Amino acid sequence: MMTKLFATPWIWSFIGALVVWLAAVIFTGGHGAGGMITAALSLAVFTVIVGLGQMFVITLGPGNVDLSLPANIGLASAVAMKTMDGNDSMIAVGLLAALTCGAVIGLANYALIRLLRIPPIIATLSSSFIILSTDIHYGRGLQIKPPQGFADFANVQILGFPILGLFGVALAGLAWVALQTMVYGRSVLAIGQNMRAAKLAGISVERVRLLTYTLSGALGGVSGALLAGYFRGASVDIGNEYLLSSIAVVVIGGTSVAGGKANVPGIWGASLFLVLLLTMLNTFGVSAGLRLLLTGLIIVGVITAAGGHKTGR
Amino acid sequence: MSGLAQTSARQSLNPGRLLRTMLPALSMTLILLAIAWLNPRAISYFGFSLMLNLAIPIALATVAQMFVITINELDLSIGTFVGFVGCVTATWLHDTPWLGVLVLVASVGVYAGLGALIHLRNLPSIVVTLGMSFVWQGLAILILPKPGGAAPDWLKGFMGFQTPFVPFPIIAAVVIALVVHFGLMRSAYGAVLRGAGGNQQAIGRAGWSLLKTKVVMFALTGTFGVISGMALIGLTTSADANIGNGYTLLSIAGVILGGGEFVGGRVSPIGAVIGALTLALAASPLLTFMHIPPDWQVAANGVILITVLAARALIGRKGP
Repeated sequence: MMTKLFATPWIWSFIGALVVWLAAVIFTGGHGAGGMITAALSLAVFTVIVGLGQMFVITLGPGNVDLSLPANIGLASAVAMKTMDGNDSMIAVGLLAALTCGAVIGLANYALIRLLRIPPIIATLSSSFIILSTDIHYGRGLQIKPPQGFADFANVQILGFPILGLFGVALAGLAWVALQTMVYGRSVLAIGQNMRAAKLAGISVERVRLLTYTLSGALGGVSGALLAGYFRGASVDIGNEYLLSSIAVVVIGGTSVAGGKANVPGIWGASLFLVLLLTMLNTFGVSAGLRLLLTGLIIVGVITAAGGHKTGR
Repeated sequence: MSGLAQTSARQSLNPGRLLRTMLPALSMTLILLAIAWLNPRAISYFGFSLMLNLAIPIALATVAQMFVITINELDLSIGTFVGFVGCVTATWLHDTPWLGVLVLVASVGVYAGLGALIHLRNLPSIVVTLGMSFVWQGLAILILPKPGGAAPDWLKGFMGFQTPFVPFPIIAAVVIALVVHFGLMRSAYGAVLRGAGGNQQAIGRAGWSLLKTKVVMFALTGTFGVISGMALIGLTTSADANIGNGYTLLSIAGVILGGGEFVGGRVSPIGAVIGALTLALAASPLLTFMHIPPDWQVAANGVILITVLAARALIGRKGP
């Protein structure tokens, strides 16, 4: 049982998260150990949401990646806050608007990939230029505040367990079910393993790709709205860190960069690891420069240790 | 590899292919015509010196990016690396030149090491370089916590050089394009390096070390990143840890605009330099003349990129 557990690729990300948490707790002498976990569960959710979207995209196979997520998150956060307009009764509408905004961005990404026949990296990069400008123009660089009810909701805890954390777990559960049992999830895996074979097996490859990019965009939109609620305000650069983290959690979590092999629990483990790593560095009181340096080095180190799967192609 | 010469001979006969090769130059001509139409006075010695002021560091960063794209990799850290080099140039290279030189050479060594790491561990370069972008940014902030520092005088003098008749940025761009063109497109080992992107197995079976090609290409990226950062500081005369952040996206866009392909080792150094100049021209001078608010400057890059790619897709569809 134990050997089987240690053979699973995702267990290492949880062990890593535990190690950095313990390091932080030992440093503080046990103070705020629980608070750290509560905060980490909330913060990790944003990475989990975009990480799941990125996971589906990356699982489609080599070259598939969504680089427009940071810009997407920024624009969706502004759209959500402007739609809600500080009004509690508009919360649901605002969330829906952010989701739609993200989904439209995902659709546009796919349209660029398909119509211009360009690699997804370039398509999502070009669209992120345009989204970024739209956001700067639309948001006017102002901090748009969320309605009180939404900000409170995003920070609610049930017995010390943040409600956002529950949402993240539920979403991951859904993604897991989709990958294990649903035709869509199985198709994504099949396409990632061998696109030609998937096509010959009768899978509508293009429809699955369209759905996947739309899904990634929509999840980016949801994450943007929730981020704006949690941090009490939308801003242009609110999503900046999610370019690195969305891709990093996919790789650290044991999803194959070559495609065709996804790992949902690993997304949670890796997100907790990244968030707790930052918490640890903050408790150590390191300067901004050193924090960036160590984060970068640790990510490269972990990927070097975790990666290196032979693609077999 | 002898097939390459034949292909290029056939390419020049095929109108679709020819149009495709000319596309980077065509897009720049269009941008220049638009500028000339909107503001004729900009088309002068002084106008070009001003408009292309920051084009040289962008062109150098684009060429740096082109080297890794040649071998089907991507460097998402080039922007923060340029910033890091800038900070080193404005501090150590100015105060204690030997230390500055040592650090810059070592940073090229780090790039070479990354190439080896990516090849040996079979890692995705996107993730490794994204991680490295944090490393360079962190180092830059540690070296220069607040904007400041000073460029070495010889560097300021070199970048501010006033050439007769033709503005310095244009001459520098031509020199960069030709040097890289002859090095990568016309030399024997250049063909091997490109081949490592086109058909890895073939290059491997022909007895060339694939590890060496990755190391060489990443080292070249680092080298041109260093030159780019130094050129930038020679122009701005002081540094800031975030000074190069925009270069990552600009450099990728420049390579693609210049006719580079993402896979298969198909790149064009001349095209990449033209692509970088196009972006530099379109980014601010054109938009200023068209009275477009600065909000939309970034979008302009995206629109140009998509338009050119759309044109390329159309030409490709008509061609055989």
